[in-house]
Amino acid sequence: MSQSAMDDKTAPAARPNIGAMQARSAAELNEAKLAIRGLDFFYGAHKALKGIDLNIPARQVTGMIGPSGCGKSTLLRVLNRMYSLYPGQRAEGQVLLDGENIIDSNVDLNALRSKIGMVFQKPTPFPMTIYENIAFGVRLHEQLSKAQMDERVEWALTRAALWSEAKDRLNTSAMGMSGGQQQRLCIARTIAVRPEVILFDEPTSALDPISTLKIEELIDELKRDFTIAIVTHNMQQAARCADQVAFFYLGELIEVAPAGQLFTAPKHPKTQEYITGRFG
Amino acid sequence: MSATTQPALTPVKDLAVAARLGRGRKRTDVIIRTLSLAATAIGLIFLASILITLFVKGFGAMNLAVFTEVTKPPGSEGGLLNAIVGSLIQVVLATLIGTPIGMLVGTYLAEYAQGSRFGDVVRFVSDILLSAPSILIGLFVYQLLVLPFGGFSGWAGVAALAIIIIPIVVRTTEDMLSLVPNTLREAVIGLGAPKWKMIVLVSWRSAISGIITGVLLGIARIAGETAPLLFTSLGNNAWSTNLSAPMPSLPITIYSYAGSPFQDWIELAWAGALLITLAVLLLNIGARSLLGRGK
Repeated sequence: MSQSAMDDKTAPAARPNIGAMQARSAAELNEAKLAIRGLDFFYGAHKALKGIDLNIPARQVTGMIGPSGCGKSTLLRVLNRMYSLYPGQRAEGQVLLDGENIIDSNVDLNALRSKIGMVFQKPTPFPMTIYENIAFGVRLHEQLSKAQMDERVEWALTRAALWSEAKDRLNTSAMGMSGGQQQRLCIARTIAVRPEVILFDEPTSALDPISTLKIEELIDELKRDFTIAIVTHNMQQAARCADQVAFFYLGELIEVAPAGQLFTAPKHPKTQEYITGRFG
Repeated sequence: MSATTQPALTPVKDLAVAARLGRGRKRTDVIIRTLSLAATAIGLIFLASILITLFVKGFGAMNLAVFTEVTKPPGSEGGLLNAIVGSLIQVVLATLIGTPIGMLVGTYLAEYAQGSRFGDVVRFVSDILLSAPSILIGLFVYQLLVLPFGGFSGWAGVAALAIIIIPIVVRTTEDMLSLVPNTLREAVIGLGAPKWKMIVLVSWRSAISGIITGVLLGIARIAGETAPLLFTSLGNNAWSTNLSAPMPSLPITIYSYAGSPFQDWIELAWAGALLITLAVLLLNIGARSLLGRGK
C-alpha cells in the first residue's frame, strides 16, 4: 500500500465517496482489507485466541462460525479494539488495516472505530429520536449543515431498508420501534458514519425469521460498498450470506474456505463434525 | 440418542406419605403467614398513630400566620416564615452543591473505576458516610467551619447538609449507571465516540430519571435533618437570609419549640412537623412517579 493511499484513509474528509468505491478495479476487490497475522488474545491469563492468521477480503462477506466460546466474537472485538475498554484484556500480533497495524498502542481508537463499525447481537438504539440516533455518530466525525445531515440520515436509512418505515417518525423515540426495526436502525447508524468495514456480531440472533431475512438481504446489498465480517451461530446464515467462511474451535482457526467449499467439502475433520451437527 | 441405562421399574409413589408431607407444608405456611401479617400490623399501627396524631395536631395548629409571621416570643401571634425560608435556602444550596459532586463521584465509580482498588476505597468510604450518624457530620463541620470562622452560620449548615446528600447521590448515580447495559456503551464507543461523550450523551441520558429520583430522596432526607444543624447554623428566632450568620430552619425550630413549656410554641412545632412531613411525602411521590416513568 502506497503512502498516499494510506493518508487518504486516515483523513475522513478526504475519504473516497461510495460511488468511487464501487468503481474500483476487480483486482483490488480481492486484496485483504484486514490481514490478521499471528494474533493471540488474552482475557487476563486465559488465552482466548491462538495464533490466528486470516485475510478478510475487501467488499466480501467473511462469515465466522464455531461453537460457543471458540473465540469468534473475541476476534471481532479485536478488529475494532473494543477490548481496549476493559482492563486486563490484551492482544498480541498484527491486525493490518490497509497495511497499518491497529493493535499498536498509539492507534487513534476513535478514528479507527469510525473506519470499522460494529453491529451488535441485541439492537442497541440510543435513548433519543430516530434522527438523532443516526446524526449522533455522524456528528462525532463530520461537521454537516442541517440540510447535509438530513440528506445523510435519509441515505443511511434508505441503505438500511428502513426509510419507508421511519420517514414519518424521525422525531419519535427509537425505543418505540420493533426489534427488527431497531436492528436496522443500528445498521443505518453504523453506515451513516461511512466506515470501510462493518462487523456484525450475531446480528439476527435476537430477531424473528422475517426480520432475519431482511437483515441478511441487507448484508448482501451492503457488501457492494463495505467489507463485512459476520459472526453467526446459524450455519445456514453463514452459507447464505458469506463469501468465505472461517471455522473456529477452542481459540484456533481450524479452516477457512469459500462458503460453498467449506460447507460441501470441508478439509478438516473438526469442520466436518461441526457442520454436520455432531457437536457445538 | 445413545441408549442410556433406564431404571427397570418406576418407583411406587406412597400417597399417604405425600399427603402427610403436604399437610406439614400447609401448617408451616399458615404459621409463617400469620407471623408476617402480625409483624406488618404492628409496624402499621405505630406508623398510623404517628401520622394521625401529626395530622390532627398539625392541621389544628395550621393557620395563615404560620406562613406570614416570623417566630415570636411566647404569647404573641407568631409563625414559622423565617424557619421555612431558612430551611429552603439551606436545603436548596446544599442540594446544588452536593448533587454535582455526588453525580461525578458516582459516575467515576460506575464508568471509570471498575475493578480498581481506589474505586473500591471510594465506594467503601461513601457507603460509610451514607450510614454515619448525622450528628457526627454536624460536629465535623463545627470543627471545620464554625470554630475557625468564629461563629455559627448558614454556610456551615449548608455544608453539613451537602455532606449528607453527597453519598446518597453517589450511591444512586452508581446504581443507576450500572443498570445501563454495557452493550449500549459499546455501541456508542463502536461509533468512534470518546468516553466522556458516551457518558454524557448516553449513560447519563439513560439513567437520568433514576438519578433525579435519588436526588429527590436525598432532599427528603436532608429536609428533616436536625442534628447536623444544631452545631452549624444553630437556628435564629429572627428573620435572616444572611448565610454568614446563624440561620433558622424548620427542624431546629421544631426541636426547640416542641420541648418548650409554652402551648402556642408547641402548636407551632406541630404545624412545622406537618409541613416537613408533607414536603417529604410530596418528594417521595415525585420520585416514585419519576422512577415509574423511567421504566
